[in-house]
Amino acid sequence: MNESALASLSPKQKGLIERFQSGQPLALSRVISHVENHRPGFESMLEALHGAVGRARRIGITGPPGAGKSTLTAALARWYRERDLTVGIIAVDPSSPFTGGALLGDRVRMDDLATEPGIFIRSMASRGSHGGLAASTRETADLLDAFGFDRILLETVGVGQSELEVASSTDSTLVVLVPESGDGIQAMKAGLMEVADLFAVNKADRPGADRLKREIEIVLALRSGKPGRPAAGHHGVDLSSLRAGREDPPQEERAGVADDAWEVPVIPCVASRSEGVEEVAETLEEHFRWLEASGRLADGRRAQAREHARLVLERAMGRQAMQAWESWLATEGADRELESRSPYAISRTVLSEVWPDAPTAEY
Amino acid sequence: MSHVLDREAAEALQAEVERRRAELAELEARLSGWTAAYEATSKRDDTDFTTVSGRVIAPLYTPADTREDEYLRDIGLPGEYPFTRGPYQTMYRTRLWTMRLFSGFATAEETNERYKFLLERGQTGLSVAFDFPTLMGYDSDDPMSEGEVGKCGVAISSLADMETLFDGIPLDRVSVSMTINGPAIMLYCFLLATAEKQGVPFERVRGTIQNDILKEYMAQHAWIYPPEPALKIITDIFEWSAEHAPRFNTISISGYHIREAGATAGQELAYTLKNGFTYVERGIARGLDVDEFAPRLSFFWDVHNDFFEEIAKFRAGRRIWARHMREVYGAQKPESWRLRTHAQTAGVTLTAQQPYNNVARVAYQGLAAVLGGTQSLHTNALDETLALPTEHAVRIALRTQQILAYETGVANTIDPLAGSYFVESLTDQLEDEAEAIFAEIDELGGVVPGIETGYFQGRIARSARRFQDELEAGSRVVVGVNAFEEADEDHGVEILRIDESAGETQRRRLAELRSRRNAEEVTRALADLADAARNDQNLLPPMLDAVRAYATLGEIRVALEDVYGRFKEPISF
Amino acid sequence: MSERKIRVLVAKPGLDGHDRGAKVIAAALRDAGMEVIYTGLHQTPEKIAATALQEDVDVVALSILSGAHMTLFPRVLRLMTENGMDDVLLTGGGIIPSEDIEALQEQGVGQLFGPGTTTGEAVAYISRWFEESGRGVEA
Repeated sequence: MNESALASLSPKQKGLIERFQSGQPLALSRVISHVENHRPGFESMLEALHGAVGRARRIGITGPPGAGKSTLTAALARWYRERDLTVGIIAVDPSSPFTGGALLGDRVRMDDLATEPGIFIRSMASRGSHGGLAASTRETADLLDAFGFDRILLETVGVGQSELEVASSTDSTLVVLVPESGDGIQAMKAGLMEVADLFAVNKADRPGADRLKREIEIVLALRSGKPGRPAAGHHGVDLSSLRAGREDPPQEERAGVADDAWEVPVIPCVASRSEGVEEVAETLEEHFRWLEASGRLADGRRAQAREHARLVLERAMGRQAMQAWESWLATEGADRELESRSPYAISRTVLSEVWPDAPTAEY
Repeated sequence: MSHVLDREAAEALQAEVERRRAELAELEARLSGWTAAYEATSKRDDTDFTTVSGRVIAPLYTPADTREDEYLRDIGLPGEYPFTRGPYQTMYRTRLWTMRLFSGFATAEETNERYKFLLERGQTGLSVAFDFPTLMGYDSDDPMSEGEVGKCGVAISSLADMETLFDGIPLDRVSVSMTINGPAIMLYCFLLATAEKQGVPFERVRGTIQNDILKEYMAQHAWIYPPEPALKIITDIFEWSAEHAPRFNTISISGYHIREAGATAGQELAYTLKNGFTYVERGIARGLDVDEFAPRLSFFWDVHNDFFEEIAKFRAGRRIWARHMREVYGAQKPESWRLRTHAQTAGVTLTAQQPYNNVARVAYQGLAAVLGGTQSLHTNALDETLALPTEHAVRIALRTQQILAYETGVANTIDPLAGSYFVESLTDQLEDEAEAIFAEIDELGGVVPGIETGYFQGRIARSARRFQDELEAGSRVVVGVNAFEEADEDHGVEILRIDESAGETQRRRLAELRSRRNAEEVTRALADLADAARNDQNLLPPMLDAVRAYATLGEIRVALEDVYGRFKEPISF
Repeated sequence: MSERKIRVLVAKPGLDGHDRGAKVIAAALRDAGMEVIYTGLHQTPEKIAATALQEDVDVVALSILSGAHMTLFPRVLRLMTENGMDDVLLTGGGIIPSEDIEALQEQGVGQLFGPGTTTGEAVAYISRWFEESGRGVEA
């Protein structure tokens, strides 16, 4: 518990945090809203709870629309519950770019989990922001973690860079494909190869499932440069720096695990009938054990913390800069300056309000 | 009618076609002058001259809008391929359509009294409306059923309830139509076992079960199992009934609910027929002879507001069905080509505002169904958008049909709108539209993949949304709702109220039943049923055994759910 | 800074499968810029209350055409209150006689919309309620 962060909260917010800490789900739910909406004090709330973050395992689940992600998420959640593990689920759906509204329908597939004790499901709209979505989902996951959930499942539609980023900001990433979603090459084009620690070929009772599995395996083998032995560990993709399993460990740590690369498995399943779900779940557990044993978990979490701190800094800077921008816009003569001065010069003026010692060096 | 006469008629008609072709050339020339004059004249701005389905209607139809050489090929004579003019040769000259009103409420006892009352007044067929729990396969004492028992129909949870429902009603003399889909096989077995108890052999039981699961996934949502096992069960019913209950109509392929959920006329037509083809394909794949089961298939259309488009829909439907049954599925018997249909006026068009106006809507819709050549008709009561109908409102709905039949003269001649340039053009357009939709569905891999991916549900929801937008923008006028409104309206319509006592009575009856029956026998019968499902056997025989042992509707549903799983709706807006 | 979105749960309780109205209103609320959680058919009052809690919605909107409104609305309302959601609006629509609407409103249910209501009326009602509730500005 961070006392100074707590001290900066209003009495009402303090009460909310107390109820959160005593395990009231409604308080969790309301703190999530507070954070998602960036209401005053939200960072202090997160800071107050930060000490309790870090125990849960986080699993990203992504794939094209219609792949059965929600069904698989629900089946995994049931598998965890049978083992007495509690599960927090974040299901992200896109917001409409035109109206900003969203229809969040992932719960339909998780219908029978709604009243299950030990499971908490939260739907989130992507709200169209780039870094914003990554920060919001990460912070929501932090809250679920601090609340005490053992497993956190973060489900996104793997269609855009920001969604992929979200899914891969976890300990393990599960990519779900179906025979209809195309071949292995398409999965590679969509950027799914870069983020996957595990592939699930869902609806494996349909024609084309075997072919898809083979294609993914071939593409994986090609990527690893070791035909016949697909393995992880590639270089040069930005996303990899965010993730646990992807980053090559420092030389000295690597000694004992040099030959211990993670081979990305491709597992067929029929999530609607819970077939193959056990293997998916067990492989996820195995991946986590591998992360721990190889030291990649600590590296990955450090990379996540680094990225999170960067996002918070960027958000704070942005917030201050935007405040300065709004007050500059309100000044008399702003319109005239917009006509007479370059955007670069204006930016320097505004920035000097926030940061008087800002270097004037040009970019 | 002899073949000689047919040929003479054919020759005369062919000559007529030739003459028309010559006329057409001149017509085209004159039409361009007319069109110029039309364009130059001001038009009303309170409508965009489209149908309620969004179809653009031209100001004028002429022979130029109909297909060349179409008469013999596309229209023909009633009772003859392709049946555009009607499924039977003499239509309403021999027999009027059946005026069948759907009813059921509260408990089996109360509905039984209502049925006896109707039968004493000369009604020869009954049409059973079930409550939502029964429609979904839930017992009245299930917690999910709370508040809904007996509300929108009668509650039937076991053979015991069915015996009560038909107490004193001989099932060899009264035909029973049951609107039931997800648990159709259970209710069918309840009915058969009731007949058995009355000493009526299965082959003498007459009636219809709706049993159309595909449209449930698309629109009405009274499903239980996923599509594949559900289709297997339906094929079991076809197979078993062809041998044991040949007088029973084993399916009523329904566009009604698809339309009510928001589909356009073209979507209703295409989705429903495509569902019908899917059932036919399943029957053929099981090894059944198409001519054995196709004559038992019947249809059920909605009759919406746009008068001519609805009439054209009935006509196009018959033609498309005949063509596909003969040409695609190789049916040999005319009975297999002939589309017979029930119709119901569109519940969704009734307004809560100024509800007496609904009498006029129902009358026009009923007229369209009759001009379209329906075999039976349910006319809605004016108060059905407010609650279940009162007896008074039901009587007006029935009288509306009697006025149509006996006062208007519209039943005097067969298919009176044939040859109307407009109606024939609409009929052709609807056929073309349906064929285009069939191709789109085939592209998806058929009806089942379309359901699983939410294709149909999404299309229907979008059409529903379009209508709502038009209504709210005022471009689609609904009298009393967005035009010609009354301020401070008090509709003054009496409301039928169903109290909560049906739920309590049912819970008590079920508790008694559960203590009275042989529990061991029930358990064994349910286990046998589940085994039959696992081993892919026909479910009718073990289901009948379970029903005879007084296993309840909910118990049977769960036993099969353990094998088949449950359907989960894809989400599509 | 994120704009505060109104979150609405649109639910169909009971076994009645008529979801045309629920889907039309869900789409209209989305188009009005709200975040709509749609849970599909056949929801129990317990599921509805649990979902409302986990999703921290501002509004719960039920669609009931089965005649079970006098059972289902009070059940959902009671569960919401028991779980601390007495500041969340319970509203809805369906085939509900006006005297039943009055009785339900006396129990604390919000405005209920009958057949022929425009989506615009429902959107306006929810927006106005949200504005007046102060949920958009509370700290």
